[in-house]
Amino acid sequence: MLVLVGMISALWAIGDAPAYADEGEPEAVPPSVELVLDVSGSMRAKDIDGETRIAVAKRAFGQVVDALPETTQLGIRVLGATYPGDDKKKGCQDTQQIVPVGPVDRGQAKAAIAKLKPTGFTPIGLALRRAAEDLGTAGSARRIVLITDGEDTCTPPDPCAVARELAAKGTKLVVDTLGLTPDQKTRKQLVCISTATGGTFASAKSEQELTDRVQQLVDRAAVPPPVTPAAVTGAKSCEQAPALSPGVYSDRERIGEHRYYRVPLQPGQELRASVSVALDRPINRDYGVLLKAVTANGRELVRGLDAASGRADVISSGLRWSAGKAEEEKAGEEEKAGEAEQAITEVCLIVSNSFASSTPAAAPGMPLELSIDTVAASTAPDAPGLGRGWLFLLVLIVAGLIAGVLAGWLTRWWVATWREN
Amino acid sequence: MYAALAAALLLAPAGSAGSAGTSFLTAAPVTAGQPVQVAAVTGDYLYWSFATIAGQQPDLTAKVTLPAASDRHGPQAWTIEVFDGLRRRQPCVAGEQSPIVTADTAEVTLGCRLRQVRSWAEPSDLDPLPGTYFVRLSSTEMPERDLGLPVKVDLTLTAEMGDTGADQGKLSAPLNPVNRPGAVLADVPTPAASEEPESGASWDFVPEFSSRWVWTATGGILAAVAGLVGFSFTRRRTRRA
Repeated sequence: MLVLVGMISALWAIGDAPAYADEGEPEAVPPSVELVLDVSGSMRAKDIDGETRIAVAKRAFGQVVDALPETTQLGIRVLGATYPGDDKKKGCQDTQQIVPVGPVDRGQAKAAIAKLKPTGFTPIGLALRRAAEDLGTAGSARRIVLITDGEDTCTPPDPCAVARELAAKGTKLVVDTLGLTPDQKTRKQLVCISTATGGTFASAKSEQELTDRVQQLVDRAAVPPPVTPAAVTGAKSCEQAPALSPGVYSDRERIGEHRYYRVPLQPGQELRASVSVALDRPINRDYGVLLKAVTANGRELVRGLDAASGRADVISSGLRWSAGKAEEEKAGEEEKAGEAEQAITEVCLIVSNSFASSTPAAAPGMPLELSIDTVAASTAPDAPGLGRGWLFLLVLIVAGLIAGVLAGWLTRWWVATWREN
Repeated sequence: MYAALAAALLLAPAGSAGSAGTSFLTAAPVTAGQPVQVAAVTGDYLYWSFATIAGQQPDLTAKVTLPAASDRHGPQAWTIEVFDGLRRRQPCVAGEQSPIVTADTAEVTLGCRLRQVRSWAEPSDLDPLPGTYFVRLSSTEMPERDLGLPVKVDLTLTAEMGDTGADQGKLSAPLNPVNRPGAVLADVPTPAASEEPESGASWDFVPEFSSRWVWTATGGILAAVAGLVGFSFTRRRTRRA
């Protein structure tokens, strides 16, 4: 089976500056990408446009390497490329990096690809683990593109579990998978791997499809996300919760868990928060997420919630909150009266979910993305100062008419009186 | 005007090649009147984002060219969803939001028209507000065997301007996503003493320009004319010939 596990490491030079970049913000670390290519024995099969899978894959890779942007740093890892024997122990250790992560040397990369011969086993789990190591833990986003024509032949470890475990470590790791004429088992495994990391799955039945898709994935990888969420761990109660400043955070939440965060607020500020929970494992059909803002002593202020059913990548919700006029006045009065209670200076956010899964809900939890913002509170508008509508015009005209008539009578009366005198 | 422009572009032979993101953070921006076309596969979650201002009525149309019927094994449910800058789901008031297609359909058209974007809403409201909106196009149900097949997606956004005078108030900042990494605070800042109200003349009470200004000014002129007419009624009729 020939698995082409391509590791493209695209270290993008400083891309577009984030739209709302603050001064003094550290420069975005470029994302890195890896292509992992399966070169196991099954890649010899002649079933893509009458050619062997490896020949098609090689050509597709050649084209992709040719079209790579100058700034892209590329690494390629192969698996099942060298050990032809039957010893599973040895065969399942068979993975090498043939092009180290770095700026692309087109000639060298293509020569390395050309030398590949379909040979051995398919240790996908191990290759993924090594690929993640090749990429390191730096970078704003890490991407692995896994190209294979068959399922893992070295389970355990289950490559899907490996992918989930890798995704939970370090900066965001996305595994995009590409199946070459995949059978049902392969497809299931690749879908599982990509879902576990928030990646995508595609199947390719022709050279064109393969080239297009790899190209697309490499292009996507070259665009760094505008922000790298900071890791945070929510607490079990409001008192222990981490205090968050405005920004984007990532966390993990187990099924049925509640996570608490605190956001300090200045008077006259509005809190804006949103949360997304990624569905990284098979879950039951209906699910939901709840984001609740409460005061330090547990009084609910506002909630944001969403529920859905069917396939989805994330489920999100958000909320806005600012102290209303009534609230502020009350706090003011109490302050004057010497009461201990003051205006709300801190809001507790609680993220909970209503997922259910047949997969054990053990750690790591599902990926959670939280973004917090504080802006000046918007004032509630007064009653409209200006009018609008046909009725409004009619009223003005009638009022004008009446005023005109009254003025006319008044004038006539006044003129008459004046004449008599 | 926007609609006309969009229509003109729609008549063009093909939409310009565009891109789509795969998450809220990487959503690709689209602008009104500029259709985008992207290649994707079944099972992808495609994200776009667009900016709005108060008074707009965003309307999305997506056309998905499905894989060959011979490769498909059952019905597919597609959906187009819109979220505001805080990732809150926004309802569609018109358009086929979640069609189900049979295995032999060649293409499917989805649509979503949002409510008019308001200039202000209570914090606890879910009304559409100015700022960024996210679009997600995906399939919610499909046979597992049909995942990963190539599709082509055309997305068109129009944003006609509605009545600008329909609403009062102003949001202090549009609902845009935060684009900076967070930082956990070691010590919680003490709340600053509430600021003293600014002294000096303020023009805040003057509403922003909207159709209300036109209505009110027109009303004033008409009232003046009506006043003159009313005045003339009371004049003694001059001698008849």
